[in-house]
Amino acid sequence: MIDLADVHVRLGQRDVLRGITVSLPERRIGVAGANGSGKSTMARLFNGLAMPTSGTVTVLGDDTRRHAARIRRRVGFLFTDPDAQIVMPTVAEDVAFSLRRHKLPAGEVTRRVSAVLARYGLDGHADHPAHQLSGGQKQLLALCSVLVLEPEILVMDEPTTLLDLRHSRLVAEALRELPMQVIVVTHDLPLLDGFDRVLVLDEGRIVADGTPGSALGHYRKLMA
Amino acid sequence: MNGLTGAYVPGGSPLHRMPVGVKLLSLAVCCTALVLLPGLWSMGAAAAVTAGLYVVSGVGVAAAWAQIRPVRWFAVALFALQLLVAGLPTAAMLTSRLVLAVALAALVTLTTRTSAMLATLERGLGPLRHLGVDPFRLSLLLSLTIRTVPVMAALATRVREAQRARGVEWSLRAFAVPLVVSALRHADALGEALSARGLDD
Repeated sequence: MIDLADVHVRLGQRDVLRGITVSLPERRIGVAGANGSGKSTMARLFNGLAMPTSGTVTVLGDDTRRHAARIRRRVGFLFTDPDAQIVMPTVAEDVAFSLRRHKLPAGEVTRRVSAVLARYGLDGHADHPAHQLSGGQKQLLALCSVLVLEPEILVMDEPTTLLDLRHSRLVAEALRELPMQVIVVTHDLPLLDGFDRVLVLDEGRIVADGTPGSALGHYRKLMA
Repeated sequence: MNGLTGAYVPGGSPLHRMPVGVKLLSLAVCCTALVLLPGLWSMGAAAAVTAGLYVVSGVGVAAAWAQIRPVRWFAVALFALQLLVAGLPTAAMLTSRLVLAVALAALVTLTTRTSAMLATLERGLGPLRHLGVDPFRLSLLLSLTIRTVPVMAALATRVREAQRARGVEWSLRAFAVPLVVSALRHADALGEALSARGLDD
């Protein structure tokens, strides 16, 4: 559950978000909007990567200003560019790296890493250098590195922008089966099919909020 | 670049299974022994032992050569220089020492996962915790440095291609400025990604 109360974000001279108040209890939530509409900033608010200039953001009962580190351990975040998220040389090591501070027994780490890699078809690449994977495989690896922590909420910032159709479908399929609340910021509108709720942002404000059909219809008119 | 980033060759040999600390200690002992070996015959024996270790490890000739290749011209230059100033036996001894030391160090790299190496380093640095050093942060710094090598190489290639596409064959400024900007952007994104993975507390 995420709550935003009169949230403003100002970066330099620019108002990126202007007075957003919204509660997000649904399981699948999409956020769409033009470039510069504030949707990526909004996504970063959800796990304390960005802070509101004024107003409050409450995630799983915690205020992001006071408990950012705790929130980040409970909210996974997937970025657009997987290259920036991969920190270890090989695939399995990168996934295991996420668990490093949890001080789990080695056997448990291996079990969790193997399970998540197998789930997303990367088990055959476990010992391969991560930088040699294709763009789509890197994004799946980044997803594995987040999911191995079993977050309660997953926020994805344009996860399919750099992917081909096949890998976009893989991410979409993965997304449907995830057990946690998922919030997806995207330009890839078909990705939001079947979502419970879609928000449309324009110039830092929510201009549409409803089912994918109604909200995206409004977005298409806005972009026409 | 591969020597730093993708060197580990998966396997189940005794060398793969050996604890990292033992491997590093053995490497230090072997390198010291190389310095103390008295003549060319003993250097030949050391070369045979090193070759035997490579066979035992099963890493393959290509992976082994990829590790040795970067020092080949340095070895040739060292041999030539020593041949001129100190004669054939000394030149052969010094060059063999260098090549064998690199080969042995490479064997450790080829049979050890980076994560295992970093975990050992973290444990080794543990006592420094009392002096305010965070071993986790130090090992994280090293892993990020290793990981950044291919990223920087890819950024440089991208900038070079963009230059060529615009008809600029070579310009230091046109190469350096976008490369530095891209590197700084990558550093920002990486910092944000580390925070998102809960590594900022």
